[in-house]
Amino acid sequence: MNAWIIAIVTVIVAPFIGGFLAGIDRRITARLQGRFGPPILQPFYDFFKLLGKSKIAASRLQLMWIYAYLVLMITALLFLVLRLDILLMMFILGFAGVCFALGGFSSRSPYSHLGANRELMQMLAYEPVLLFLALGVYAQNGSFLISQIYASPTPLISRLWPIFIALLVILTIKLRKSPFDLSTSHHAHQELVKGIMTEYSGPYYALIELTEWYEIVLVLGIVSLFVANPLWVGIIIALAAYVLELFVDNITARMTVGWMVRFVWSVGVTLCILNLIWFWVFAAFKGVS
Amino acid sequence: MGIIATSRLKSPWIMHFDNSSCNGCDIEVLASLTPLYDIERFGIVNMGNPKHTDVLVVTGPVNRRTARVLKNLYDQIADPKMVIAVGTCSISGGVFHNCYNVLGGVDKVVPVDVYVPGCAARPEAIIDGVVMALQKLAKLQGVAL
Repeated sequence: MNAWIIAIVTVIVAPFIGGFLAGIDRRITARLQGRFGPPILQPFYDFFKLLGKSKIAASRLQLMWIYAYLVLMITALLFLVLRLDILLMMFILGFAGVCFALGGFSSRSPYSHLGANRELMQMLAYEPVLLFLALGVYAQNGSFLISQIYASPTPLISRLWPIFIALLVILTIKLRKSPFDLSTSHHAHQELVKGIMTEYSGPYYALIELTEWYEIVLVLGIVSLFVANPLWVGIIIALAAYVLELFVDNITARMTVGWMVRFVWSVGVTLCILNLIWFWVFAAFKGVS
Repeated sequence: MGIIATSRLKSPWIMHFDNSSCNGCDIEVLASLTPLYDIERFGIVNMGNPKHTDVLVVTGPVNRRTARVLKNLYDQIADPKMVIAVGTCSISGGVFHNCYNVLGGVDKVVPVDVYVPGCAARPEAIIDGVVMALQKLAKLQGVAL
């Protein structure tokens, strides 16, 4: 019964947090660019305006994938707040990303296809690091359960800090921020219009915005797992990471897809593997002594 | 419906389409999007995609080539939508009015809500045009701007 209440509260409250963070994002970005910026509630105005527009769909299949994207994202978030299996959460998150890419492929627009191709390349870049994160959690706690992370006295960051650094890089990709805002750029209309989101209009585009808000909460939740024991410290670290991403977004230019994959696989995956090898060596020495 | 009607006035996303203008008005449209005027304060964002647009900003006279492009773009915009004709050419054809390939103003092809005169129209006038379009929408919905 308690789990049901937590689940319902999460589904209702998470979009408000995500939308509020998106509003802060636009405000801080504007200040960094020497502008005043829109009101904090601007994402909500955009959302309700989009809901009120007439429904135009490029294809029926597209709508199915976008609903699947939303439902799977909420499911992944529920796995986090109900403290279930982190490995399964990563798989569901991956499936949500695949649904979004398939939605992009299901219309015939070349911009949408280009964006969907890039979305798949982004997944190629971030999925291994998320998988290594789950393996790192197992290496430290001997369990994939998130409830075990909360129960453990030593925070994850004390031994998994290389994976944490890799996760910060992944965060930029997941939040679709520069230098990795490749599949759907908020500011590069000349290059690919709106990428994977080009063919969604009106209420369906509002659904994507809603899913993005859930996604913000989810990825920041994953960051907060690294200091889970006093939870407020983890939340502060997650919010600090979010502000850091905003600064990175404003001081960097968009890079190419190939560069992104090379960078994440060389730096991110190497950090993860070194971290796991260190764990293995550590465990071996511990066994000897 | 109240919250949707209010939100419509607070987030007009614009798209800019250049028919066959001399580029004077286009530079002014882009100038009005710069940090100097900071129209994102009012939720105005340049989308560049008709499917996400609320306000279509058109510059230049319509010629036989661009007429069908303009019509196509207009049809792709989801309702409710507004059209703003920026500059003398987009109102009447301007100095190009008697060219062999020019049909005339934008209102020959799509219904226009607000006319912004000027050669070239100043950024302040363009922003004022968007505000007038919003006032018109507010009046249609019976909501205070």
